[in-house]
Amino acid sequence: MRKRTLKRAFKDSLPILAGYLALGMGFGVMLQSKGYSFWWAILMSCTMFAGSGQYAGVDFLASGASILTTAVMTFIINARHFFYGFSLLDKYKGTGIRKPYMIFGLTDETYSIVCSAQLEDDINPKNYYFFLTALNHSYWITGCTLGAVLGEFLPFDSKGIDFAMTALFIVIMTEQWLNTKEHLPALLGIATTVVCLLIFGADLFIIPAMTLIAAELLLFRRRLDKTESKEVSGDD
Amino acid sequence: MIDVKHSLILVAVMAVVIAFLRFSPFIAFPEGRKRPKVITYLGSVLPYAVIGMLVVYCFKGVSVLRYPWGIPELLAALLVLGLHVWRRNTLISVFSGVAFYMVLVQLVFV
Repeated sequence: MRKRTLKRAFKDSLPILAGYLALGMGFGVMLQSKGYSFWWAILMSCTMFAGSGQYAGVDFLASGASILTTAVMTFIINARHFFYGFSLLDKYKGTGIRKPYMIFGLTDETYSIVCSAQLEDDINPKNYYFFLTALNHSYWITGCTLGAVLGEFLPFDSKGIDFAMTALFIVIMTEQWLNTKEHLPALLGIATTVVCLLIFGADLFIIPAMTLIAAELLLFRRRLDKTESKEVSGDD
Repeated sequence: MIDVKHSLILVAVMAVVIAFLRFSPFIAFPEGRKRPKVITYLGSVLPYAVIGMLVVYCFKGVSVLRYPWGIPELLAALLVLGLHVWRRNTLISVFSGVAFYMVLVQLVFV
């Protein structure tokens, strides 16, 4: 059963393998171009495990940014991750010693798979979530390190391979759409983010978008809340 | 030259901030403690809204005003969407989309 669970996690992680190798290598190339050896790529991918956070981090390191600037900017860039845990309070319950690592590794990609995976009865969900997190982390560390080691001398033109992430999110969105009759949350998420992107621009839209989305979801609670009825049995 | 000490401090700061964001909900609502129903509600609807947000997030660097006007992204996204509705196979949808997009940005819209 453990083996089946690992196999399933590996299969589901394949799109992320492609995306993380590509995005990680992009990061590694950027980092070494600023004079940082691959040890820094290993250190950052092991301890941060955040795509956009690490990309911005290269600039902070290279420009010798202040601690305050680095902290505030990192907070803004990764603020969306604050919302992810709320969906996983029950799913990650009882995972014991593995729990801190699983929370640490809560990237956009891991979160979307964990939320949407339809697991058969012979798959242990908690093992699955753990394997998925660890596999994704290993791809990320590999990609970041490879990029920093190879530098500009990549063996092939990988331009466009990072579309794997976009494609994965589109697939998950489609799956969610086909599996539910209530499309309001998805529509709110898309529309609010588009509007915020147009108003606030590509660097600042995420926090207003997430805040508005949360507010809108609260506003529509009466229509959308289906947790009430499941409350009794749905806690495990 | 690289200021190793300052760089190490910055990496630590970033790692702590990111971990803080990811851990906050779990610290605020620990296992075995009753939590407000509204939090359970938000947790149940957020994934749908967040995935919608992430799809838009992926396109944030695309400009429809400049060549190639977001055409490669639009075509590849439509292919992924269409393939997935048709076959419902994640690997086929993702890897066909990536291959198509790579051809578009490397060979067609250069």
